[in-house]
Amino acid sequence: MTDPTFPTMIDLAGVSKAFTLHAQGGVRLPVLDRVDFAVRAGECVALVGPSGAGKSTLMRLVYGNYRCTTGSIGIRHDDEVIDLAAASPRTILAIRRRTLGYVSQFLRVVPRVPTLEVVAEPLRMLGVDKAEAVDRARILLARLRVPERMWSLPPATFSGGEQQRVNVARGFAADYPILLLDEPTASLDAANRDTVVALINEARERGAAIVGIFHDAAVREAVATRTFDIEGVRAAA
Amino acid sequence: MNDTPLLQVEGLSKRFGRIAACDDIGFDLHDGEVLGIVGESGSGKTTLLRCLSALIAPDRGTVRYRMRDGSRRDVFALSEPERRLLMRTDWGFVHQNPRDGLRAHVSAGANVAERLMAVGARHYGEIRERATDWLARVEVDTARIDDAPRTFSGGMQQRVQIARNLVTHPRLVFMDEPTGGLDVSVQARLLDLLRGLTADLGLSAVIVTHDLAVARLLSHRLMVMRGGQVVEAGLTDQVLDDPQHPYTQLLVNSVLQP
Repeated sequence: MTDPTFPTMIDLAGVSKAFTLHAQGGVRLPVLDRVDFAVRAGECVALVGPSGAGKSTLMRLVYGNYRCTTGSIGIRHDDEVIDLAAASPRTILAIRRRTLGYVSQFLRVVPRVPTLEVVAEPLRMLGVDKAEAVDRARILLARLRVPERMWSLPPATFSGGEQQRVNVARGFAADYPILLLDEPTASLDAANRDTVVALINEARERGAAIVGIFHDAAVREAVATRTFDIEGVRAAA
Repeated sequence: MNDTPLLQVEGLSKRFGRIAACDDIGFDLHDGEVLGIVGESGSGKTTLLRCLSALIAPDRGTVRYRMRDGSRRDVFALSEPERRLLMRTDWGFVHQNPRDGLRAHVSAGANVAERLMAVGARHYGEIRERATDWLARVEVDTARIDDAPRTFSGGMQQRVQIARNLVTHPRLVFMDEPTGGLDVSVQARLLDLLRGLTADLGLSAVIVTHDLAVARLLSHRLMVMRGGQVVEAGLTDQVLDDPQHPYTQLLVNSVLQP
């Protein structure tokens, strides 16, 4: 039952996640229990549920940053479905380069790399030539109101809001088929929040499958096509 | 992208008396991949690096390398001249202490040029031009090309060592704590340089470090060693953000967050 126009991009089946803390005598912290979760192209699914329920954990599992305890994480990559839970590091990196974009809550800064290059890097890694990648970075930074005089500086000394906007620009630089957004509008003012909402909607309209955590209800209503309540798959502690 | 690994390691073991420095280690390294090896002092990571790069022979196991002509050869079955040629052209080795990788009493330019001459470059003007070009790429003031590295700071020496290694366009570079012993600000500059160079040149690299931040920044994949064994391996951010083995968890939780 696949709709060729809006194929299933993310398909989690029976995914559980528990953390085992060896320093605490091997105490086991179950977080998610048998999650079935699918997202099609052109959908934006907002994860909802209380803090600590496992929203970020679910997102990190989809990115291949956390390893699931059981289950499979199907990702459509180059017209093929690959189980991230069983994929080699090399395959996961290829999927991240071309298919899977992730805007985390915080920018991980590399010393000395100027803002413009930080934003252009995902495109450069796709083989886009430097001039074109930098043009795209300029457009995004301007839309997100990062002052032009800052573009040549490394973002290490920027404020939290400025770093977050650099992070968002980087996440939207390449047109990933799948986008994972962890609080992309936290610490942004109203005008920039509206810009991020517009970017998300544009990405969805071009057919991206989007999963996000949006604590701001107005943002969530403006971008989400449906919600997924994490409470229903939360592991009993 | 070539699907045959550039380096394929199987069952590699090396003992020093009763101590197993490396115990049954195996992994594949592909083109353009940077593998980090982390672990504390005495975990066997430097011994492993020295075995991989044919500086010492293991007791057991194989290290197969895909040569430029596509043939795959066991590096310990190569003849001595073949192995030396490989080490001088297709491989690089960046030592923690630049003194181990440089000749302190010849000029910076000659240090870089020496590797070029080893592969047959003879035209003086061309050799000097390429040496100058590489010193500039590693951000060494080219006005100092005729000065001996012993008159340079530690960070500069390390950059000359990197230029010396990369000038022959190696496909695989081994690095042993390349940022160890440098000030933090100098480290940042070197890290940024290494990160840029490995990405731009599509280099494969094996980097030994005890610094998890360095490993995160430079490597795609990570192997965690303890007591001569690999206790955990995988994608760098997976190993650091969701460590499974008790020892990896201890390592990750022992790092101070600045």
